[in-house]
Amino acid sequence: MTTPTVFAASRGSRAIWWVLGAVSVVVVGLLGLTLGPAGPTWWRVPLAVLDRLPLVSIDSGVTDAQWNIVWQIRAPRVVLAALVGAMLSLAGASYQGVFRNPLVDPYLLGVAAGAGLGATVAFAVNRDATATWPIDPVPLAAFVGGVIAVALTYTIGTAFGRSRSATTLVLAGVAVTSLATAVQTFVLQRNNDVVRQVYSWILGRLTSATWGDVRLVLPYIAVSAVILLMYRRVIDVMRVGDDEARTLGVNVNLVRIVVVLAATLGTSAAVAVSGLIGFVGIIVPHAVRLLMGSSNRIVLPLSMFVGAAFLIAADIPGRILTSPSETPIGIVTAFFGAPFFLFLLRMREVRQ
Amino acid sequence: MKFSRLVGIAGLFLLAASLVACSESSGESVATDTTNAVAAETTIVEGFPVTVGDLTLESKPQRIISMSATATEMLFAIGAGDRVIAVDNFSNFPEETASLEKLDAYQPNVEAISELDPDLVIISYDPGNLVEQLTTLSVPVFTAGAVADLAGAYEQIEQLGALTGQLAEAVQVSSTMRSEIDAIAASITKADPPLTYFYELDPTPYTVTSNTFIGGVMAVLGLANIADGVEEGNDYPQLSAEVIMEKDPDIIFLADTKCCAQSAETVAARDGWAGLTAVTSGSIVALDDDIASRWGPRLVDLVRTVAEAITSVLAKS
Repeated sequence: MTTPTVFAASRGSRAIWWVLGAVSVVVVGLLGLTLGPAGPTWWRVPLAVLDRLPLVSIDSGVTDAQWNIVWQIRAPRVVLAALVGAMLSLAGASYQGVFRNPLVDPYLLGVAAGAGLGATVAFAVNRDATATWPIDPVPLAAFVGGVIAVALTYTIGTAFGRSRSATTLVLAGVAVTSLATAVQTFVLQRNNDVVRQVYSWILGRLTSATWGDVRLVLPYIAVSAVILLMYRRVIDVMRVGDDEARTLGVNVNLVRIVVVLAATLGTSAAVAVSGLIGFVGIIVPHAVRLLMGSSNRIVLPLSMFVGAAFLIAADIPGRILTSPSETPIGIVTAFFGAPFFLFLLRMREVRQ
Repeated sequence: MKFSRLVGIAGLFLLAASLVACSESSGESVATDTTNAVAAETTIVEGFPVTVGDLTLESKPQRIISMSATATEMLFAIGAGDRVIAVDNFSNFPEETASLEKLDAYQPNVEAISELDPDLVIISYDPGNLVEQLTTLSVPVFTAGAVADLAGAYEQIEQLGALTGQLAEAVQVSSTMRSEIDAIAASITKADPPLTYFYELDPTPYTVTSNTFIGGVMAVLGLANIADGVEEGNDYPQLSAEVIMEKDPDIIFLADTKCCAQSAETVAARDGWAGLTAVTSGSIVALDDDIASRWGPRLVDLVRTVAEAITSVLAKS
């Protein structure tokens, strides 16, 4: 499975990729703040941002109302896109490493179906009362649903004998996904006045992002990211296979459960606020591997940067192309992700 | 696994727990609006500033955006139509809406809305944080949600009247509606046992129970719904054709004539439906989808159509 590295793997040249990664996130983020169907003229926005820095004073000509658009509407979207993109890419890369399968995405073990079911139930049950709660129950239910689905997958996948292989876990995930989807469809049948809301939630969107959402997901994503990054060298070792890794002293089952737990925590939080955004978790790690080789030590952190930049960039056409309407971000990522995926596959074949 | 790593992870979870506790206690209210009516006190005094529900307007709004087809009809009926600058893409009545800018009510673009610089936005459905985002941008927004019964519809017209400074006209429109509908309802002979009906939302077929707005209107006119009690707790059940055959309703209302091209002929052509009483006696009423799904001034047209159907069915029997 090792793809030959494109660039020389000397220690010195690695540093430049981190810098490039961070810079690209900042640049794309600024682009995200600048572009939109309304608000100040595009070149005024960077000036306005600079003006807000301490010790810097520039007259950018941006009114308070326009700045409100940039800071209260666009900025939370950009930050949330960065967080969600980074988390999904990191989770995808970790799963790809731990399950030694290039086709897995962060929704593998039933997170998507569980979160969807949680959100559906939250929409369907007594919406009149729950809509006025101080804490919106939909993200909470989606989060809980995602975590429970994965817990169920893990319980089923490890219940039979001592095999505990990756394949069993994946199959259990398929079963749990089917079950959750069936229950969700049943609930929707009984409550089809909420179909539109559930559908728009499933498509994934950042349109309703507020700073509250950012505060909500930041702890989970931060913790999840730290844990996964701490384990990246061990995931590298697991690439040689379960048995071989055991002989090298790695507790394979424990590593797998920790990685799954951490990735689920972060993915559930991301899904809870942004719905099911597809393609990011599977495309970005592969793109990074194509550039930097398969070492998870580098792929995992770099995937975070690239994922963040990708999702911020994907959010921009959604709000400009069909203005004054919005195109759901899941459509944009699939639109650009699918051809890119084909291109990646082609490059792998050309190499081999 | 190394002990230090375990400690590190435990510490991280503690950190996460404390961060979560802090973020939730910041008391951020994420209230999302429902599609149900906001019970509000309409101020009787005309003039500004006016308060309806949670919204207070300082001055008469001159740039109104309506993101609800029903609200659009109401606004034009009460004389505020000349101040409407944009509507949603389902607002197709009256004709003046054709030249207005169209917005998307289900995937709204908050920036585009704010760029139109409105001083009142009326919505009936909040797809997620829309009210919160508009409020952050200091745009006054009023939720004119789906009403539960006729009284709710009359009240909503008066609420919009108060907000737009057309209270007198709004009261006139709603009382005219009320008296016309009451007159039509009184003129219908209430059969005993009541006539039964099947209300078709789409060809699969989905229907409504008497617990819905339209079901309630039908009940006021003395009709009995065959879908009542069939599926407890579900107000929009999907009936099976067998149940419809068994119950054999006296009247069939089609609310899917525009969306799904249904008519008396297509219904009669469905397998097994040709033998239904409603089909053989020609008691299939094709409603205009738009009129049947909105609770604005054109409710009178809907009630009149239903009354005529009832009268003709009673005349045949």
